[in-house]
Amino acid sequence: MLEIRHLVKSFGSLLAVDDVSFTVSQGEVLGFLGPNGAGKSTTMKMITGFLAPTAGTAVICGHDIGAHPIAAKRHIGYLPEGAPAYPDMTPADFLDFIAHIRGFAGSEAKRRIARVAEMIRIADVMHQPIETLSKGYKRRVGVAQALLHDPDVMILDEPTDGLDPNQKYEMRKIITAMRLQKAIIISTHLLEEVEAVCNRAIIVARGRVLADGTPAELARRSRHHNAVRVSMAGLADPNIRADLAALPGIAAVEQVSDPEGDALLVLPRGGRPVIAEIADLARERGWTLAGLRVERGRLDDVFREITAAGAEPGPVAAAA
Amino acid sequence: MRNVLTIFRRELTGYFTTPLAYVFIVIFLALAGILTFFVGNFFERGQADLQPFFNFHPWLFVVLIPALSMRLWAEERKSGTIELFLTLPIRMTEAVIGKFLAAWCFAGIALALTFPFWITVNFLGQPDNGVILASYIASWLMAGAMLAVGACVSAITKNQVIAFVVTAALVFVFTAAGSSIVLGVFEGWAPEWLTHGIAQMSFLGHFSAITRGVIDMRDLVYFLSIIIAFLGANAILVDLKKAE
Repeated sequence: MLEIRHLVKSFGSLLAVDDVSFTVSQGEVLGFLGPNGAGKSTTMKMITGFLAPTAGTAVICGHDIGAHPIAAKRHIGYLPEGAPAYPDMTPADFLDFIAHIRGFAGSEAKRRIARVAEMIRIADVMHQPIETLSKGYKRRVGVAQALLHDPDVMILDEPTDGLDPNQKYEMRKIITAMRLQKAIIISTHLLEEVEAVCNRAIIVARGRVLADGTPAELARRSRHHNAVRVSMAGLADPNIRADLAALPGIAAVEQVSDPEGDALLVLPRGGRPVIAEIADLARERGWTLAGLRVERGRLDDVFREITAAGAEPGPVAAAA
Repeated sequence: MRNVLTIFRRELTGYFTTPLAYVFIVIFLALAGILTFFVGNFFERGQADLQPFFNFHPWLFVVLIPALSMRLWAEERKSGTIELFLTLPIRMTEAVIGKFLAAWCFAGIALALTFPFWITVNFLGQPDNGVILASYIASWLMAGAMLAVGACVSAITKNQVIAFVVTAALVFVFTAAGSSIVLGVFEGWAPEWLTHGIAQMSFLGHFSAITRGVIDMRDLVYFLSIIIAFLGANAILVDLKKAE
């Protein structure tokens, strides 16, 4: 539904987006991840036709945004960063304006506005000026606006930024509810959000795509993937660490101390599962285990490793 | 065309949802009254016409029209709504024209609300209502030209105060272009065709020509071309500056 072809954007000598290409199909919720200033918003502004790319283009449902902007924009619902809306208007007037621009009038406009108002749960604030609404409601009005014409492609720039945990939960529920019929891109720097709503993630930094895969695939790149967390009494004993480290296929054994308590983290070589070996060893030595858990891998490790390329890849777990 | 109408409607109601519309209309009517009756010696002249009323319009507009145009684009850029607005399926020309027409229509409403002056003068004597109608048209055309200049300036800045001041300065120069204030700067060193050309660009000259009661094609074309030229520049500037 959405195809990004070699997008490039430079501002003077600054290369903000550097040859970004990807496609998003129906049913996909793509998490667009990256540190601040990575070029996420700039990319979205080019896809939605707000900024003209220096090179490359985006094709939305077969319409090139550069050559046929009006046709392409009809298929897009866009929530710009910060969910801007006219502060003097009420959500009812604002949505009515959007409905008319989107080509709906009369009862059809009314029906669509009522539908999104119920879906996004803004019915009770429809007649208050937008400037008097809370952040959560403003953000919802922005989403309602993007959803009014039931677009095939939705582009949401930080849809949960600044919302409280309940509002975030609500927003994610809304996104999940509509994912099947649409191609959705969400930019965020919250990794929990990617795990909660996205079935695909792209990591960008300095304008380049550095990783592309499902959240689970990305997490697999983590050195913590299939690591085993062992908690037991007397784990400061160097013999225990040595025994664990002597097992085949073990890359390192680290002692960690975090809010969950003290534990040994056994990192396998190449992400191979090692829990069976560790369990056997524990039985053999008669250790009294308090806990044994396989880690899936941490998206934030992967994110940090990928986006901070060139910086020191120091021992993360020990410091944590 | 339908989009122009939708944008026009939103913008026009936008004036009335804030106090701006009411403050503007009250101040405009009050100033017009004071200038006409006290400074313009409306009664002492002993003539049944609205000339003292219209004579002050250019100078009144220099101060007041920028207040209408300053928000057109600067506010959209400041609040970020421009990103929403320009990613809707509309053409830039539709956006520019819709906004301009709303401001121009609002100026028309303010002008129309001066009808008590017209009633007064008809009550007191037998004025030439053709001349008065022509003068209203002249005044509205001049307001349109000033609004187009203002819309263009509003596209360059996020700051409405800057938009106001720069627009006021520009339309003052345009209004006074035929007077010695502006021409004095050029006289002596500039070639005569240039001084002559600048004098021809004066809002005031074309305005006064129509207020004499004759709507000359050249004056009409003049105001309409100013409007079109500045709206064209407006569209280009919005495109250039929108992302800053």
